Amino acid sequence: MSALLEVRSLGKRFGGFTALEGIELKVAPGERVGLIGPNGSGKSTLVNCICGALRNESGAVVFAGEDVTRLAAHQRTRRGMARSFQVPRPFASMSVLENLLVPIEYASKGGDEEAMAILKDIGLAAKAGLPSGGLTQVEMRKLELARAMAAKPKLLISDEAMAGLAPAEVDEVLPILFRLNEAGITIIMIEHIMHAVMRFSQRVVCLDAGRIICEGTPGEVVKNADVQRAYLGA
Amino acid sequence: MEAASIELFVNAIVAGLLLGGFYAAVSVGISISFGMLDVVNIAHPAFIILGSYIAYTVNARFGFDPILTSVVLSPLFFALGLLLYRIYYLCFEKRGQESLRGLAFFFGVLFITEVTLVLIFGVDYVQARTAYTDATERIAGIDFPLRLVVPFFVSLAMVIGLQFFLTRTFFGRAVLAVAQDQLALRLMGVDPVRVKGLAFALSIATAGVAGALLIVILPVQPSIGREYIGLVFAVCVLGGMGSIWGTLVGALVLGTAESFTATFFGPSWAPAVSFGLLLATLAFRPAGLFGR
Amino acid sequence: MRNRTFTALVFVSAFALIGATLLVKNEFYFQAAYTVLQFVVLATAWNILGGYTGYVNFGTAAFFAIGAYSTVVLYNAFKAPLPLSILAGTIVAGLAGLGVGYLTLRLRGVFFAIATLALSVVLYTFVVNWDYVGGARGAYVLAPREVPFGFSRYTHLLYAAMVLMAATALAVARAVETSKLGRGLAAIRDDELAAEASGVPTLRLKLVSTTLSGALMGMAGTTFPCYLSFVEPSSAFSLNYAVNSIAMPLIGGMMSWLGPLIGALLLGIVQQVVQVSVRSEWNLLIVGALLVVFVTLAPNGIMGWVSAWRRKRI
Repeated sequence: MSALLEVRSLGKRFGGFTALEGIELKVAPGERVGLIGPNGSGKSTLVNCICGALRNESGAVVFAGEDVTRLAAHQRTRRGMARSFQVPRPFASMSVLENLLVPIEYASKGGDEEAMAILKDIGLAAKAGLPSGGLTQVEMRKLELARAMAAKPKLLISDEAMAGLAPAEVDEVLPILFRLNEAGITIIMIEHIMHAVMRFSQRVVCLDAGRIICEGTPGEVVKNADVQRAYLGA
Repeated sequence: MEAASIELFVNAIVAGLLLGGFYAAVSVGISISFGMLDVVNIAHPAFIILGSYIAYTVNARFGFDPILTSVVLSPLFFALGLLLYRIYYLCFEKRGQESLRGLAFFFGVLFITEVTLVLIFGVDYVQARTAYTDATERIAGIDFPLRLVVPFFVSLAMVIGLQFFLTRTFFGRAVLAVAQDQLALRLMGVDPVRVKGLAFALSIATAGVAGALLIVILPVQPSIGREYIGLVFAVCVLGGMGSIWGTLVGALVLGTAESFTATFFGPSWAPAVSFGLLLATLAFRPAGLFGR
Repeated sequence: MRNRTFTALVFVSAFALIGATLLVKNEFYFQAAYTVLQFVVLATAWNILGGYTGYVNFGTAAFFAIGAYSTVVLYNAFKAPLPLSILAGTIVAGLAGLGVGYLTLRLRGVFFAIATLALSVVLYTFVVNWDYVGGARGAYVLAPREVPFGFSRYTHLLYAAMVLMAATALAVARAVETSKLGRGLAAIRDDELAAEASGVPTLRLKLVSTTLSGALMGMAGTTFPCYLSFVEPSSAFSLNYAVNSIAMPLIGGMMSWLGPLIGALLLGIVQQVVQVSVRSEWNLLIVGALLVVFVTLAPNGIMGWVSAWRRKRI
């Protein structure tokens, strides 16, 4: 089966600083991939390059067989690539429901009823008419995911959706991701919360200083010496 | 080329460089407030004109040299800058509203300053009279009007002084640091808001001095501040945003370009040069001459 | 209320206002109304890019003057009739908006704002040096001997034109605001990065916004030379247009079509009153001071107060 997402030799520099080098990644349809790495390893930069928020200087991003390296972020979203942001970025002047209407109107070209359906599914239906700026932390994270879901993606990249949440709150968000995957959505999860990543992922990729240092099942990666060194220091 | 044309050419370059030095003084404040602190103070030229009028008033009343007056009065401008930043920070930066409302705020300040000056002084041009206003040194057949030369050296001194201050003193380095990483600064026990406030106050103080230089060089009237908006941002962007040396080079480039335009195409085209250069830079090389 | 209903209501009101030409005898009414309505157009136009999309435009005067000077060019060329001038000026100003946007909208909003200011100065310099339109000395645009469309005076015709332009601007603004385009612009205003990630073609929508905004501002300027029979660069490019078109939506409220209307009516009428009683500079000082006061203390304007008051009552 051909890969849904292929990252080939991707490189990204900021002036003199090399953020990413020679990144190779293949994600199969329906897979659950975890992306881990210490702070500053380039995880967010990689996500931004895959989604089009940043332009990579070298290498290519291929999605569903199409080279999307030159495409703007909104075009990639329309082709089925969605992401949630590390720090939630709600459309503050709009209500919770209206926040979902934006991707529905522009990406998935669906109808208004779908917005309510997603909110019910994710547990925010009661807050549909309220301004999105006044939500709690965990509600904002859910809204981020809901907005990504509203784009009807084939691939969802969840960028530290659970960072800073209490264990009970993590247990609210993780099942949502599982359900999405069961519905057929390929998911790349970037997380620091190790137990969440290990429970969720079928395959884990570890990044350090802009390069992939290890790739394998959660069990393999956790035991890998390079990974331990990256996180704990030499 | 004929001898007369060469002389014209050389004079244009010299005048351009002298003017460029002055433009550096005008723009260095924006390099700090916009280039380093990311505060879009488009009212900066209004403070320059304010400085011009204060220097002029003292000069007309008491005969004091305008440049010396401005240096003596610079603490006033410094205090004004502190006050302005406090308002800006509390009302806009803290609430994340800088891009729209903060901008509108400074625009309003620009406008109010200009109109107030018109109400007090009227729309006639004024200029300061000093011992050197009409004097010109002629060296090797090239004219060096002293009213351009003195401001040039004062500008240079101010720019070099600022660069020294930013790179060699603790506070100066705190300013450079706040431009790069506010969180790290906080972790080191320095309040970035205070640092930014003092840096912004410094930029307004430079505006006051630049105003005195202006009124020595040219006749001034309240609305000419607007022409300098394009100039200061053009210099700042050309110079790569926040680099003092870059500002100096950008200013010299702009001064020379304007001088050439005025000499060979006529002075009525000069205002378009700075704005045109700014538009071109923004469209084609937004990182400036030295950007990556 | 559906847009069609709203548009119909607006134009019915417009025609009622035009009917005033038959009833009102005081000529001052028409002059004052022309000026205030001109501000309604400018404020509404500015707000499409400012309040709806989040990009500040300092160059209102540039687009206004483009409209004014297209009229001059067409008048000098073949004494074009008014409707043609209005259409032409609107289109040229719209293209200018598109051009400036295309050059600078990929950069931060701040650079767009400065570029609009640059546009004003560059255009001003061109016009001052362009003899065909009179340069610095100015140009005359004389009223035709017979007042077209059956009005008794030329000022009445211009007043009627401005009423229709105000109606058009309001209808366009409301249509944008309630459409898919409007939601996309609001997303851009709230968080451009998130908007792009949600599938909103941000550059394209921003260009639409600048084009529409510029076109409407130019439209307001097309009758300016006819109104005074004379136009010269320093008045066409006056910074007052920029300050007013920013202050009015800010004071009225930037989130909907009603805000600029309220701001324009309020500030416009205040200025008319002040202008006849005090020096005109005081007039400008008041506008500038109100701008600063409102932007610091009441960032959502009068409409913001109203909705906050409404929310407290619930």
